[in-house]
Amino acid sequence: MRKVLPYPVLTASLIVVWMLLNAFTLGHLLLGTVVAVGASRVMTALEPSKPRLRRWQLIPWLCAVVLLDIARSNIAVVAVILQGNRRARRAGFVSIPLDLRDRTGLAVLACIVTSTPGTAWVEYDSATGMLVIHVLDLVEEQEWVELIKNRYEATLQEIFE
Amino acid sequence: MTHVENLPGWAALLTALLVFAGASLTLIGAVGTLRFRTFFERVHAPTLGTSWGTGAIVLASMLMFSVLGSRLVLHEILIGIFVTITTPVTLMLLARAALYRESSEGGETEVPADRRTD
Repeated sequence: MRKVLPYPVLTASLIVVWMLLNAFTLGHLLLGTVVAVGASRVMTALEPSKPRLRRWQLIPWLCAVVLLDIARSNIAVVAVILQGNRRARRAGFVSIPLDLRDRTGLAVLACIVTSTPGTAWVEYDSATGMLVIHVLDLVEEQEWVELIKNRYEATLQEIFE
Repeated sequence: MTHVENLPGWAALLTALLVFAGASLTLIGAVGTLRFRTFFERVHAPTLGTSWGTGAIVLASMLMFSVLGSRLVLHEILIGIFVTITTPVTLMLLARAALYRESSEGGETEVPADRRTD
């Protein structure tokens, strides 16, 4: 089983992607399966770290929280842009010490931070676990550290570590 | 063209609102890119387009073609997923290059404390 399907989750997602892009027919299921099994076996050459999902039940909850937060910061950034220079605003870097070490977890955190308008992932040092983000509307540094740590990092640690 | 006239009123209204919201967000993001003064501020503006800007248009497309085709059309979700997982790659490359430039040439942006010496 392990030999034939080294990455079962990847294979399954590739089949779903194939079916979504084509059509939900038996023919495409078969063709998609052939492509997915082939592609996921090619992946073994790259030896990606295999993420362990400990508590996948938390994933839908995390998605909902992130989508809402992104919507809220969309509105905040629209306000900043439309106000122009009429309001005093300080942009700056925030350093956040992360405890999350799982590479997939960090990748997901990077996607969250990047797709949230108003925050941008700048640099991560894997030796010290220090993350530097840039914040457009920086009021209180500590607030951002706590937001990232409590809201996202804690959940990601539960899911991946 | 597709048979837009067959679209029921509620779906047409919702689609229009979503397309309008998505397009407005993307436009405001573009305006912001022009308005902001430093690189690191500019980086934030286009994310309006890559988050709910894309999201709202994708939702509108899913809604309209699901109602018209009377089956669930979901493949637009893939656009959202791929936009979300590819933006950090370019952003990190640009941000690190900019940070390196600022800390070595002394630009106008305040760089983090640990980068100031190198």
